This record gives sequence, structure tokens and C-alpha cells, in this order.
Amino acid sequence: MAKQYETVIGLEVHVELATKTKIFCSCSTQFGGAPNTHTCPVCTGMPGSLPVLNKQVVEYALAIGLAMNCEITRVCKFDRKNYFYPDNPQNYQISQLYLPIARDGYVEIETKGVKKKVRIHEMHMEEDAGKLIHDEWDDTSIVDFNRSGVPLVEIVSEPDMRSAEEVLAYLEKLRVIIQYLGASDCKLQEGSMRADVNLSVRELGSEKFGTRTEMKNLNSFKAIARAIEGERQRQIELIEAGKPVVQETRRWDDNKEYSYAMRSKEDAKDYRYFPEPDLVPIVIDDAWVERIKARQPELRDEKLRRYQKEFGLSEYDAQIITASIYTAELFERAASLCGKPKKVANWLMVETLRLLKERGMEPEEIKFSPENLAKLVALTEAGTINSSVAKEVFEKMFTEDVEPESYVAEHGLKIVNDEGELNAVLEKVIADNPQAVSDYRGGKEKALGALVGQTMKAMKGKANPGLVNQKLKELLG
Amino acid sequence: MDICRMTALELGKKIRQREVSVTEAVKAFLARMEAAEPKIHSFVTVDREGALKRAREVQKGIDEGRFTGPLAGVPAAVKDNMCTKGLLTTCSSKILGNFTPTFTAEAVQNLEKAGAVIIGKTNMDEFAMGSTTETSYFGVTRNPWNLEHVPGGSSGGSCAAVAAEECPFALGSDTGGSIRQPSSFCGVVGLKPTYGTVSRYGLIAYGSSLDQIGPVARNVSDCAAVLETIASYDKKDSTSIRREDYAFTGALACDVKGMRIGIPTDYFGEGLDGEVREHIRSAVKMLEEKGALVEEFDLSLVQYAIPAYYVIASAEASSNLSRFDGVKYGYRTESFEGLHNMYKKTRSEGFGAEVKRRIMLGSFVLSSGYYDAYYLKALRTKALIKEAFDRAFERYDVIAAPAAPTTAPKLGKSLSDPLKMYLGDIYTVSVNLAGLPGITVPVGKDKKGLPIGMQLIGNCFEEKKIIRAAYAYEQTRAYESPEICRDLRHGLAGEEKAGKGGDEYGKAV
Amino acid sequence: MANRISDETIEYVGILAKLELSGEEKENARSDMEKMLDYIDTLNELDTTGVEPMSHVFPLNNVFREDVVVNGDGSKDALYNAPYVKDQGFKVPKTIG
Repeated sequence: MAKQYETVIGLEVHVELATKTKIFCSCSTQFGGAPNTHTCPVCTGMPGSLPVLNKQVVEYALAIGLAMNCEITRVCKFDRKNYFYPDNPQNYQISQLYLPIARDGYVEIETKGVKKKVRIHEMHMEEDAGKLIHDEWDDTSIVDFNRSGVPLVEIVSEPDMRSAEEVLAYLEKLRVIIQYLGASDCKLQEGSMRADVNLSVRELGSEKFGTRTEMKNLNSFKAIARAIEGERQRQIELIEAGKPVVQETRRWDDNKEYSYAMRSKEDAKDYRYFPEPDLVPIVIDDAWVERIKARQPELRDEKLRRYQKEFGLSEYDAQIITASIYTAELFERAASLCGKPKKVANWLMVETLRLLKERGMEPEEIKFSPENLAKLVALTEAGTINSSVAKEVFEKMFTEDVEPESYVAEHGLKIVNDEGELNAVLEKVIADNPQAVSDYRGGKEKALGALVGQTMKAMKGKANPGLVNQKLKELLG
Repeated sequence: MDICRMTALELGKKIRQREVSVTEAVKAFLARMEAAEPKIHSFVTVDREGALKRAREVQKGIDEGRFTGPLAGVPAAVKDNMCTKGLLTTCSSKILGNFTPTFTAEAVQNLEKAGAVIIGKTNMDEFAMGSTTETSYFGVTRNPWNLEHVPGGSSGGSCAAVAAEECPFALGSDTGGSIRQPSSFCGVVGLKPTYGTVSRYGLIAYGSSLDQIGPVARNVSDCAAVLETIASYDKKDSTSIRREDYAFTGALACDVKGMRIGIPTDYFGEGLDGEVREHIRSAVKMLEEKGALVEEFDLSLVQYAIPAYYVIASAEASSNLSRFDGVKYGYRTESFEGLHNMYKKTRSEGFGAEVKRRIMLGSFVLSSGYYDAYYLKALRTKALIKEAFDRAFERYDVIAAPAAPTTAPKLGKSLSDPLKMYLGDIYTVSVNLAGLPGITVPVGKDKKGLPIGMQLIGNCFEEKKIIRAAYAYEQTRAYESPEICRDLRHGLAGEEKAGKGGDEYGKAV
Repeated sequence: MANRISDETIEYVGILAKLELSGEEKENARSDMEKMLDYIDTLNELDTTGVEPMSHVFPLNNVFREDVVVNGDGSKDALYNAPYVKDQGFKVPKTIG
């Protein structure tokens, strides 16, 4: 019988913090911009420049640490991590090794209905590197320091995960927590959330961990899942062939679905960490921790409970709406504006999800405002438009955030309540469809549907289908 | 009226009183530099055009009442490891040989705000690593007292320039004695402030936890006035300290009555030159005669300061100097194969032997498996050294000591044995480890005619005590300039008589 | 103590420090480093048990900056001293193979 293997996974997750300025200088963190425009002597490593810590970075890090149930290091310090690479202007990165800001926490994940704690080893603050743009033609790279010095936290988990599914649940959990805190937008595609996967395999039942590898360059949830499966297979094949797994860093190529060793004799991996002499320690007292706690927004689990209790949403609906802070906030605002939480929830659950999926968008890309969603709900509730018109208006809102009231007015989409006009149309429909009329009269109930359809068509959808139905019955009765 | 002989404060006064124009002052020193530089070589860069342009602006500022301070219009030299916007800043290294900063160091900016005119950048040991100014890529600086001898280092250019009257004062930097030791060798006054007093923003770092900028001048009053000008709390430097009192000139009083002066016996033992010992002893006696209470004591741990210092300074330097890689500024090697080869060739060609030596040592002591044994051990030793000073300052206001074990050695004698050269820092490095202020004042000459300086060390934030002690001692003794100044003056005098000359003046010496 | 620093160590430190030493330089580096380390070892005479390593001399802490954008376009200054510039970036030998 073939041997059974267990995959052991730990994650190092980098998250870019949502500060306005970089961690050690007053340059903008705004994404994009022409190369090297968001730079100054500090973030380009000019001789003589010195770092000064952005307080907001510490506050965000504290908020994340507390939300992950970590112990806060009351006196924490920065260290220098020394290595040469052109995206790192000083050839050292200011990071934290000896006294990271948070340690020993956990988050709870759920897969297939089973709950599990993933322990957080530590979380530290550090600066991001610049960007390298490669030129295939003349064997050169171009360095852009716009991202250099953007604040990051690195969250290091214990090797507590056993499957790709658990890894994705863990990442999703971190993303939701951090988005709720407003500490980052956590976009994998744009690199504001990045995960390195430490993976080893061992025979099922074995106590000892196998040799692990670290995989980098994973920029989507799907790539992470594929990389875990690929690396697991690779290691098992090595073990079964009696070859050793080498402890190394590997780069995942998602197109080829294979990882490659990033080895070079010039990479000694000896970072010579020592305390950063240009920065002073951060002392975090009880009062500061309490201030952050008091400011901590309602997190997802609390919202989940409240939505069920306060708005009467089902657990399923509440789960989906709170899965992203963007839909949760949209929901609460629109519900309070129109006073119809269930109707708002319905729009988010059905039409919004459908369109997001269809167009491959993330909730944070939703364009329409809660105000307009509230207005749309009010329009349908008042019977001003019927549900098919409402769907049409909603699609417009979803793409262009149109204001529903004026859109309905401009396009003449209001339900026609003028009985004179409706009666004239009804008479014409009856006269033009003698077959259907006689079918109905002959007992074929279905024939009425065709007549309603004809009427609605003639009214360009602006009639109330219930009223049409009732009137037809009267006229043919 | 010989402008070059005036102290900074004297010249500043004459400028304020319109007896001397700023342009006249600048031209006088430019002329002096032209005469002196071929012999002494204190400067890496002389900013002739910039200084003359700035002189006109400052004169206008003085006339309009915008510059009213004691240094308004006074020319100054700046060590070449402080960034000056638009003016070459090389650290006396090939690797920064073409580097023009886009911003000015805070300390230099403070000088400029006070109306001082920067006339040039002074030579130094490459990246401030050395005690002789011989490791400069741009050639040695000679001691104005004897051209066969070194000026000391690493601020040798600044001290030689002040001694040779090429400028009334200069800024230096001191990581392990780099202001105090060359001041002693050149017979001038140099002060290293308490760590955090002068902003390090714009100072190209050597050992970040030890580096401080300080003044070099021909008397204590000038030093105090310059320190008062350059010291500031700077938000751009996280290690900058907001001091309650920046009025250092307030300490210029000839009054040491009751001042408790400690003499560390362990600084006067083996290795100290006999003549140096005698001169320091008699200088202390002068202070005693003025009412100071002098007592000998054991400071302890003296022999551990140098090893601890070299571990810490080299470790920090290895990291600080890693940014010089041929990518963003400075030298890049001509031909290479790939990225890492470019790094290695650029750095190997761009750095001199002493710098490479310290980068290697620093990288080694931080490397995996050695960090605890070397780096942390050194930081623990530093803590003990600080405690030893704390204990001493419970009993004494000021500690009096030599600045160096000998007078200036001959050129070419030091670099062959690095360890021996490092031992010359024995009386200065512990002051940097403990973050203390120290000042060197000239107290005499040895038989060879080379100057001897006395170092006065104060407790943290007590610059005023060492300034007062130094000032009181200085009153007992007339300032002595090296003989070369007389020759340089004569050369100039002839030119002056010839009249006119303008920019050209003083050229033919 | 002789030969405490092997050729491999000098090679390794050279990789860390990105310095390529010639044969003679290597020999000098080795002997200099050995001498210095022997000297530095005198620190071991000192009992530092229980002594906290002191990286900063003064008990300064919590020096912060507010999160306000002050700096504008810094590209001109950033590139001013660059040896090789291309497309407003620093040009370097290709970093991945």
C-alpha cells in the first residue's frame, strides 16, 4: 500500500499598510506614478539621510496584533537586515527581528464546518522594497523606488496548516480582519497582500517535521492553491525516490505550475541583523493599548451576530454580506437610509453577487453608492417601478452608479397607473389575439399569460403586471 | 589688519561694524588657501565662485538686518562628510568622488542660517576611518606645524585648515576621537558635543551610534559660539535630543573655583609619552591654581574601550557603507559580468584599504554565529564603560586627560600597523561609547615643536562645564600659531601692497 | 592565535560585504582580522553576565512623525547622481535570469 503523507504549512504574509505616507519619510504611498516620483533622500538611500518612524504604522500594527490575539511587545525595536539587492536602496532593510511588535497570537479558521486555531508566531513592522522592471532586450533592469519604504507588517504563522483549503481560509481570515480594521486593502493582485508558503511533508502519524522549502511569487489565491499541491507532489516524489528535500527558497511559476530554486552562491542568507542605531525604541504603555482597543471597529464575527439579531438576516446571508467590509458597510448604510434591511440584503445577495461574478470583480470595486441602492429599494417599495425595471436600473447603477430616481424619470420607466391608457391597450390586445382569447375562454388558463405578455410589451414594461392580469380577467370574464 | 589671523568672533564683529566686508573676508581666506594648499592640502574642494556669490548675499542680508548673529559673514570650512547641496561631497573616497548632494546637512544649514559662508570642504580619512588623514583618496593633509607629520584624523583637514589660518573655524565629526585628536595634533581647539546635540541629518554615517558633528576653532570662545549655532533639535534625526539650554557661550567665564577635576590614573600609565604627560599635568596644575579641586582616581575598563569601539563602529560601518554600490550615486566600475560582479568590482575599486578592512571586520562580527560573542559582548562592555563614567561624574565635574598618547607621528608611519594605529585612540573612544562631550585645548609643544592638547571630558549635557574649564585654562596661555602662518602672511603682505588683485589676489606665493 | 580565520571565511565575508579581494589583499585581510579578533577577545576577561547590551546611550523613545504627505516629486533629485539612468529609473544589470 502506498504511504500516506501529511502536508505541513506555515505562512509568512506581508501586508502593505494603508498609511498616507511611507514608514520612515513623508513621501506618498499612492500606488502608481511615474518611476521615482514618490521619493526623497530617505527612501532612495541617499548618504546622510535618516529615518523617522510614522506613528500611524505603529497604530495599525497594534490594531492588527490585538485583533489576532497577540501579546504586544511593550518595548519594541527595529533592526537592520543586511543584504544586497538593487530594489533595496540602502542594501539593508529596516525590519524587526529581536523584538517584534506582536507575538504569540492566533486566528480561528473554519473549513468544512470544522473550526481550528492557527497560531501566530509573531508580527513585525518593516519597509517595502522598490520595484524592478526587467528589460528583456538589453539584459538590464530598471529600479523604481516609489514603493521603497511603503510600510508593511509581516505576519508569521506557526506551521499549523495541513491543506491548501486551510491556507486559503487563513488568508481570507487575515484579509477580512485587516480590511475591517482599515489597516490595508489587502489586494493580492496589486501586491498589497503577499504570501510566502513554508511547506514540508511527512509520513502521516510522524511527529517530526520534514525539511521545508519556502515558496515565493504567489500572487493569487488560485496560485497559492496550485503551488501547495505542486510543491507537495514534488517533495513526495523526492522522498519516494530516496532523495533529500533541500531547505531552500523556491520561486513558483504559475504558468508552468512548477517551482524553481532561487539559489546563487552570492546569496549567503546571512542577514547580519543588528539593532537599527538611527531609530529609538518604541515603548507601548497600557494607555496606548487601551486607546487602540477602544478605537477598534466592530470586526466581522461581531457584525455577523448583530446582522442576524438586529436585521433578522439568515446566517448564510449575514456570512456573505460580512465577507467583505465593503459589502458590510454598503449594507448598513443603505439599510439605515431606506429602512428595509432585508430588501437591501437581497440586492446584495442576488444581483450584486451575480454581476461581480460575471465580471470577475472584487467587492471593493463596487461602484454604486449606498444612497442610490437605498433609493432603488424605495422606488420598488413604493410601486413606482416594477421588478424587471428595477433590475434594469440596478445594472445601470452597477456599471455607472446612475442615480435611480432621475434615471427612471428620464427614461420614462415609471409604472403607468393611468387606467385610460391601459384600457385602450387591453382592448387592442384582445382584438388582435382572438385565438388566445378563445383559448382562455375555452378554459386554457395558460393563454392569459400570453395576453399579459403582449400587454406588457405594448406598455414597454411600465405596467404593473398584477393589475394587467386582474383587468384582463375582468374584461374576458 | 590681517583678516586671516582673527578669530571667528573678532572677524564677525568687524563685519557687523562694517570694518570688513564679507567679500573682503572671503577673498582674504581664498587667497590664504591658494598659498597654503599646495603645502598643506587641507581641502578636497574649494568653492571659490560659490563663496564669493554667497558673500554678496550675506552682505546684503547683514545690511538689511536679516543676519545679526556673531558668525554672520564669517567664512567656514566643512568636513567633506557633511552634505552640501550642489557642492561635491566625497568623504575623501573614490566611491563618492563625483557625488553632489541634493540637500544640505542640518548642522551646515544652521551655519548658513546664521550667515556663515562655506568656502570649502576639508580633507579627511576616507569615510572618517583613520587617525591620520592619510587614508584619503585625494592625498594626505600635512600638519601645519611640521609638514613631515600628519595632522591627525579623521578631521585632519578641518584642524589643519584652522591651524594654517585658511579659515577661522571648521566643522569636524567625531566617532572615536576624530575632532579631539587632530585638534591636539594641530594645536587648535576642538569640541565633540554630547551625542544627540548636533543633528546627524546630512552627515554621511560611519558609526551611527557614535558620530557627532562638532566645531574646530582657534579658541574656546569660537568653539562655544559655533556649537551654539549648529546645535539644534532636529525632527529629521530620531536620535536628536531637545536640550533645555543651547547658550553655550554663557559658560565663557574664567572661573573654576571649586570645580572638581578628576584625573584618571589609568589614562596616565604605560604608553603615554612622557612629554605629553608632563604638559597635561602642568596644565591641570594651572587649573588647580585657579581654584579647581584636583584628584586622581581609577576610571577602570580603559583597556576595553578600543576593542568594544572597533566592534561597534566596524559593525555599523559595514552596514552604513553597503549603500555605496554603483547603482544610485558615485563610482561604478567600468566592466563587469552581472549584478553581483558589478557590486564587488565597484566596491573593491571604490573603497580604500582601511575602509575595506573595517567593512570586513564589521561584516564578520555580525555574521551568523558571531553576533553574540562579538557584537553583543561589545554592547555590554559599552554599558559597563558608561557606568564607570556615571560613577566618576558623581564625584567630578570634569575629567582631564590627554587626547592622544603622543604628538603627531610622521607621515607614512601609521598605516602599516593598523592595530597600533587603533591603540592611539585609547583616550578618546570611550567618550563616544558613553555619548559624552569632550573638548581639546592646546597646552604646549613637545621638543620637536609639535602641539600637545589636553582633553576635558564632561558628563552628558554638561558642555558648559568643559567649556568653562577650557576657557579658564586658555586664559593662562597665548594662542600660538605654526610658523608656516608667518610665511603665508608675508607672502600675502607683499601681494596686498601691490594693491588691487581682486579675485587673483594672493596667487603668487 | 594563528589560523583562526580560514580562507573560506575570508571568501564568505567577501560575499557578505560584496568585496572582491586580490590574493595579497586576502592574506592581509586575514592577518589583520586575526590580530584584531585576538585583541577583541580581551573583552572576554570582562564578566558581563546580567549586563544589558546598550545600543542607545540615552533612554530616548517614541520619536514619531505624523502621517502627513509633505514630499512632492523627488525624481529629479533621486536620479541626479545616478551613474546610469533609463526610463526615469536606475539602470542596473539584469536581476533575474
